[in-house]
Amino acid sequence: MEIQTKAYGPLEIEDRQQIFFPNGILGFEEHRRYALFDAHKKPFFWLQSLDETRVAFILLKVSVFRDDYEPGITLNDLKEIGAESLDDCLVFAIVTVPDSGPMTANLQGPVFINRKTLQGKQCISPRDEYRTRHDILLEMAQRRTE
Amino acid sequence: MLILTRKKDEKVIIADNIELSIVDIKGEYVKLGIKAPSDVKVYRYEVFQEILKANQAALASSASELNLSLPGLTEDEGK
Repeated sequence: MEIQTKAYGPLEIEDRQQIFFPNGILGFEEHRRYALFDAHKKPFFWLQSLDETRVAFILLKVSVFRDDYEPGITLNDLKEIGAESLDDCLVFAIVTVPDSGPMTANLQGPVFINRKTLQGKQCISPRDEYRTRHDILLEMAQRRTE
Repeated sequence: MLILTRKKDEKVIIADNIELSIVDIKGEYVKLGIKAPSDVKVYRYEVFQEILKANQAALASSASELNLSLPGLTEDEGK
């Protein structure tokens, strides 16, 4: 089907790229239907609301820059998106790209997407070490020097 | 909003299965104990606010991909 996107205008997507968020995204609860597709700049993704074109988030798989990420989210937290195993889920961070200043990832509020049910949820990590603004490039550089 | 006055060691029950107790009071700090089923999530209010703010900032920032790049990982597929 063809959808309207904030980043690229009209875009053709497949059915299995449609992701339903039963509770929306925090602060955007009224938007539940999204599409997930590759950004032109890999390895980023766009999560685009199908209800409101201006609502779109840049996502990054957390494992790309933090393979040690353990947000402490349990299967119990993922019941509403039908997860039977944590392995069913892809784990993304929402990325902020300010006009000036570093690009950051929100590791406190990761987005889990169940590949099997095609449903998603923004979870809240109970771990204090994860914040909403992790400097992605800095943390990647630090990990290379470790 | 319902407002109740409680002393130290007193409790409030919410929806039959959530128990809120005043564990300690010291100066301006109140220590709360919360006993709830595991599927009831409890967070400090500020955590919610932080994530909400971060989501709004992410939305405001995400107009352009120009600054998106990860060294060694980014391939620009162009149009």
